[in-house]
Amino acid sequence: MDGTIFLFLLQDGIINGAVYALVAIATVLVFAVTRVILVPQGEFVAFTALTIAALENGNVPATPWLLLALGGLAAASEIVRHVSELSWRRVARIALFDLALPVALLLLTRTLAPMKLGQAVNILLAIALITPMGPMIYRIAFEPIAHSSVLVLLMAAFGVHFSLTGLGLLFFGPEGSGTTPLSSASFSLGDLVISGQSIAVLIVTAVLLVLFALFFGRTLLGKALRACSSNRVGARLVGIPTSAAGQIAFALAALLGAVSGVLIGPLMTVFYDSGFLIGLKAFVAAILGGLVSYPLTVLAALGVGFAEALFSFWASNFKEVLVFTLIIPVLAWRSVYAPHAEETE
Amino acid sequence: MKFSRGPIIPAICALAILVAPFTGLLPDYWITLFNYIGISSLVAIGLVLLTGVGGMTSFGQAAFVGFGAYTTAVLTTRFGISPWLTLPASLIVTMAVAGLIGAITVRLSGHYLPLGTIAWGIAFFYLFGNLDWLGAHDGLAGIPPLRLGTHPLIDPRDYFVVVWIAVVMAVIATQNLLGGRIGRAIRALRRSTRAAEAFGVNTAAAKLMVFVYAAMLAGLAGWLYAHFQRSVSPGPFGITTGTEYLLMAVLGGAGRVYGAILGAAGITFLRDQLQNFLPWLIGNTGNYETIAFGAVLVLILQTASSGVWPILFGPPPPPAPPTPRGGKTTPERTLPAPGTALLQVQDARKVFGGLVAVNDVNFDVQSGRIIGLIGPNGAGKSTTFNLITGVLPLSSGQIQFEGHALRTQTPQRAAALGLGRTFQHVEIVADMSVIENVALGAHLLGRAGPLRAILRLDRAEEALLFANAKRQLDRVGLADVAFKPAGTLALGQLRLVEVARALCLHPVLLLLDEPAAGLRVGEKKALARLLREVRSEGLSVLLVEHDMDFVMSLADRLVVLDFGTRIAEGIPADIRQHPAVLEAYLGGVS
Repeated sequence: MDGTIFLFLLQDGIINGAVYALVAIATVLVFAVTRVILVPQGEFVAFTALTIAALENGNVPATPWLLLALGGLAAASEIVRHVSELSWRRVARIALFDLALPVALLLLTRTLAPMKLGQAVNILLAIALITPMGPMIYRIAFEPIAHSSVLVLLMAAFGVHFSLTGLGLLFFGPEGSGTTPLSSASFSLGDLVISGQSIAVLIVTAVLLVLFALFFGRTLLGKALRACSSNRVGARLVGIPTSAAGQIAFALAALLGAVSGVLIGPLMTVFYDSGFLIGLKAFVAAILGGLVSYPLTVLAALGVGFAEALFSFWASNFKEVLVFTLIIPVLAWRSVYAPHAEETE
Repeated sequence: MKFSRGPIIPAICALAILVAPFTGLLPDYWITLFNYIGISSLVAIGLVLLTGVGGMTSFGQAAFVGFGAYTTAVLTTRFGISPWLTLPASLIVTMAVAGLIGAITVRLSGHYLPLGTIAWGIAFFYLFGNLDWLGAHDGLAGIPPLRLGTHPLIDPRDYFVVVWIAVVMAVIATQNLLGGRIGRAIRALRRSTRAAEAFGVNTAAAKLMVFVYAAMLAGLAGWLYAHFQRSVSPGPFGITTGTEYLLMAVLGGAGRVYGAILGAAGITFLRDQLQNFLPWLIGNTGNYETIAFGAVLVLILQTASSGVWPILFGPPPPPAPPTPRGGKTTPERTLPAPGTALLQVQDARKVFGGLVAVNDVNFDVQSGRIIGLIGPNGAGKSTTFNLITGVLPLSSGQIQFEGHALRTQTPQRAAALGLGRTFQHVEIVADMSVIENVALGAHLLGRAGPLRAILRLDRAEEALLFANAKRQLDRVGLADVAFKPAGTLALGQLRLVEVARALCLHPVLLLLDEPAAGLRVGEKKALARLLREVRSEGLSVLLVEHDMDFVMSLADRLVVLDFGTRIAEGIPADIRQHPAVLEAYLGGVS
């Protein structure tokens, strides 16, 4: 391997790693606030890319229908569960958020899609369609079992992943697609060609990470979320509603997933089930970061991206085998040196 | 809706399933489905043991099915080896792989363990799909069928017999294993690891054993699958199938062996029906059944997280322990002569960060004496207790027991030396019967391993252990609740169960951590009587206790700790007058 190839692999690795970092940050956030290991995180990524691809072709994507389906389910499950304590306010909120919002977005998408208004509109519309799915999924699947063990929540997360993948196939079909790059510019640095897309990925990731740090460090809402993650009971006692915190965490996760989808769409052909592997690689990074530390997670994500690039150069067939084997020594090291309190049921 | 307890209903169901294919009423299609249910049941039974009983969740069992299937596929298609001969090969390969992976995986704590299984589950899936000599993504075809003489077992009805013989044998083996000495240790792993260790169970080895056993059942399933399907490809050995197996175990009721079959049947039927129904509904084919699968999984977790089997059939019937024969019991330990030095604590020190929890404490315990260890809250009594029993390592100093220096003390070693203990917060396996909990104390008195348990060659030894357990239960006055689930007892009774369990070890020294807390007056009197009786037999007792009347009336000597330091030692009458003790308990009179 000579220097050029190394630099090429490094660039490739860093770009993929940057996307994994965004997804991994979302995984850590959701785990910290709700203790859910969000296996379906990758679905947000894939669905966003597919939505943008459809919009670019001037087609109406299936996403608003999926959103409407999830909204209907969320509304139904909340009404069934809290039938005795329904207030008008609550019903209004459910109607607004779960039904009116998806319907409005559906109408908006149907109007805008044939007009082909360009990349910015497509991206914003896709993000708007994906982000509300996060809190809806939390309310359907996780809120009723919010106090269960990590293990039960993990199994439920797998259940959600299965359902979403199946729904993805139903709504988006089996064909894969890619999206146009954010920037078609490219410039060379010696032998190395750097694409505008790479630069865009890095800038967006860096900006989002900074915003994220500011949000958690400076805002009351961010601090409340941190309080929930360090002590749920304590947070409840000082008046932070943990259910709202869970919904916000899931909304942020869906948002970060959507942005990752925007970034990764031009880099690869995305299928309805591509999200699983993206999510799992991010998840490897999240574990490497101990499911706690954000800076460590970002570093680990870059490492995973680079390792993947190296593995695909040396032994492309065994790329996935090696990436996932990477996690086992780390887990062993973690459970010896960073023991956590025994899970009580 | 609850059917009567006991084995009658499952037995009738089993008989009905086993006879049905030969009545000529069922088409081949259903028989084939039954065969797949049987094969999945084997994996699910392993998972019930691993997850439901042992508390280790694995998403990766499908990979072990893959190892079993690929081993026989390679050996029969590449080397022309007879299918029956590849069965041991499949099992050995799975065992070896599981041993290696398990050695790393089962050490993972908490949720790192399932995450680890996901990681290697995915890694193996891609490995199967990329190795050329395993046929890569196409897999291997042309696997020969099993043969009886010259008769190939290709008809699903023939294969039905093979599959369900394997399932019945797996059920029997698993029940036997759980009923034995190792089984009790496994059942204590999930909630009462500390108790299991305190009675000599090597918990890491027990976990690994369960892991390998579950993997071998999966390997057997893989072997059966390969010869039924007659071809293998990586598809069914991935993480999705792995999760499906877990779903089967959870649906059936993790912890219930028969539930695994129910769960396997439920999921296999559901998938089959959805695969027939959904294309008709949706108009084209695809993996749409996963939508319903995921929803079912979430719904089960939300509404019936202990599974369907317990809802239908209620709690498990109490076990029928072996009957003791001829009044024989386990051999007693020869106790040292009363008055000889037994336990010597010399300058014992324990530091947590900057806090000195136990500060150079000295005291002796002589055999045949009751020593009380008292002191206000936070005095370091429990820490001292944990130093002696090997739960915590010493920072400095020495503890000697019958001349052995306990420098590298572990709970298991303490148990082997004859230190029997109880816990301040009771550590009881709630879903095990009282007598089985007590018999766990006799773990080190038995020798039977998993193989002897599976083959039921452990009955004579088990009879001895249970006779011992029964005798200790008589002594603490709980003989009448021996066969109740321990979880149904009151706190006071549980403390006595712990004392009986400690006595079951035939200890030299009995270490009791607040045994009288939560006991009623009558129970306290009975306990005091028991401890005096035990002392008269030559046993020693080290007692941590807050109930002053209880400890003063009972102890020969008292050691008083305050802020980790020994402030007094002597006979109860002197301690009552000791100025330092009065100050520690009542505050200084300055």
